[in-house]
Amino acid sequence: MAFLKNYIKEVFGAVRSSLKGMGVTGYYALHHKKEKITQQYPDNKDTLVLPERFRGEVVMIHDENNEHACTGCTACELACPNATIKIITKFDVMPDGKKKKALDTFVYHLELCTLCNLCIVACPTDAIKMAQTFEHSVYDRSKLTKILNNPGSKIREGVE
Amino acid sequence: MGWSLQNIADNIHNWLYSAFNPTLALLFEFLIVAVCVIGLFAVLGLVLILMERRVSAYMQVRLGPNRVGPGGMFQTVADTVKLMVKEGMTPDNADKFLFNLAPFIVMIIAMVVLAPLMFARNFQIWDINIGVLFITAVSSVSVIGILMAGWASNNKYSLLGAMRSGAQIVSYELSAGLSVISIVVLTGSLKISDIINSQANGWWIFKGHIPVIIAFIIFIIAVTAETNRAPFDLAEAESELTAGFHTEYSGMKFALFFLAEYVNVFIVCAVGATLFLGGWMPLHFGTGTKFNEIMDYIPSSLWFFGKTFFLIFLIMWFRWTFPRLRIDQLLNLEWKYLLPISMFNLLLVTLIAIMKWHF
Repeated sequence: MAFLKNYIKEVFGAVRSSLKGMGVTGYYALHHKKEKITQQYPDNKDTLVLPERFRGEVVMIHDENNEHACTGCTACELACPNATIKIITKFDVMPDGKKKKALDTFVYHLELCTLCNLCIVACPTDAIKMAQTFEHSVYDRSKLTKILNNPGSKIREGVE
Repeated sequence: MGWSLQNIADNIHNWLYSAFNPTLALLFEFLIVAVCVIGLFAVLGLVLILMERRVSAYMQVRLGPNRVGPGGMFQTVADTVKLMVKEGMTPDNADKFLFNLAPFIVMIIAMVVLAPLMFARNFQIWDINIGVLFITAVSSVSVIGILMAGWASNNKYSLLGAMRSGAQIVSYELSAGLSVISIVVLTGSLKISDIINSQANGWWIFKGHIPVIIAFIIFIIAVTAETNRAPFDLAEAESELTAGFHTEYSGMKFALFFLAEYVNVFIVCAVGATLFLGGWMPLHFGTGTKFNEIMDYIPSSLWFFGKTFFLIFLIMWFRWTFPRLRIDQLLNLEWKYLLPISMFNLLLVTLIAIMKWHF
C-alpha cells in the first residue's frame, strides 16, 4: 500500500511542478510588453540603457582640475591576469626637496583585456573604474593600446 | 452557408464528373488533392515555424524575428529561400540511395496520415471506416524514415539519434494508442466522421468526466514524445548529438525533415482536436439550445483550425518550459507511469461507456 501511496504522490507532485513551470513561462508570454529585456541595439543607440554593472573598458577618473587619484602603486598591474596594464612611474620632486614616486603613463591594452574587473577591485585609491562604452572596433589594432591618464594630469592633493 | 468548404468541394466534384468520364475525373481529383496537400504543407511549414519562433521568444522574454517584412512575417519565407538555394550534400561513405530516400519517406507518411482527417463539415479526403486505426498505424511507420536516415548517414551521432528515436516512438505509441482507444470505446466507431458526430451535444473532454481528461493529458504527452519534440527531443538532442538523425543533411533534404516535424505536430494536434475537442464541431452543450445556434454561425473550418492551433500552442508551451529528459527518465515515464495509468484509465472509460455515465 505504501508503494501505491508513493506512486500517486509522485504523479501528483509531477503534475503540480509541471503546471508551476508552465505558469512561469505562461506569465512571461502574457506579460511580454512589460517583461521583455531585448534591446534593439543599433536602432535605440540614443536611448540605450545598460545595466549598472556592465563593463565596457577601464578608464581613469579625472576631476575638473585634470587631477587623478593614481599613486602609481602598480597594484592593478599585479592583479591583472594577462598583462593588460603596464604602469610607468617617475619621481616627482616635492617642495621640501624629497622625491616621491608618481604615475607617469598608465598603458592599457584593451585588446588583451578580458574585463574581469580585478584591477578595479585591487586599486587602493579607486583611481580607475569600468566605463560603459562598448563600441571598440577599430581598423588598426595599435589603436586599442590606450594611455589612460590625460596629458598634463597630476595626482590629486592628499591621495596617498 | 454559401461559401463553405463543403460546397466548394461538392461543386468541383459535380463539375468534374459532368465534364469528364469517371476515370479521368477521379484522376483530376487525385491531382487537386495532391496539390492542396502540398500547398497545405508549405503554408503549415511557414506558419508553424514562425509561430514557434514567436512563442519561444515571448516565453523567453525576447522579441523573436521582427526584421523581415511587417513584424517579421516573412522571416520563414526568407529561410525557405535560403534552404532551397543551399547545396544538398551527400557524405562520401553514406548509403546514398537510403540517405536520399529517407526525407521523402518521412514526408510521404505525413501526407498519407492527412487522408482521413476532417478539416471542416463534410470536408475530408477519404472517409475510411477505420480512420483512427489508419492514423495510428501509418504514423508509426515514420520511425522507419528516421532509422533509415540515421543508418544511411554513416555517422555515430545520426545512428544514436535514430536508435533513441526508435525506442521512444515505439514505447510512446502504446500510451497514445490507449488514450485514442478510450475515445473509440466511448464512440463505438473508428470512423472519424462518426467520432465527430458523436460530439454534437458536447465534446468528449466535457462529456467523459475525469477519465477522458486523463486520457487527453496522456495523449498530449505521448504525441509530444512521438513527434520528437522537447522535452522528449533526445533523437536530436543538439547538445549531445549535434542534430541526431539529421546531422548529415543539408539544404532541401534537411528542410524536408524540418517541415515533416512541424507537419507531424499539426497532424497529431488535429487528431487530438478531433478525438477530444470535437474536430470541426462547434462548442455545443446539450441539443437544440440557443447557445448552440449562436456557435453554429462560426464556420466549422475555423473551429477545426482554432482547436488544432490551440493544441499546437500547448505543445510549443511544453517545449519552451521543460528541460530535456534523460533516456532512462524518458522510458521510466512511459513504462512506469503513462502506460499503467492509461491502462487503468481505459478500464474506467470502459466502465463509463458500459454504464452510460457520460452525458
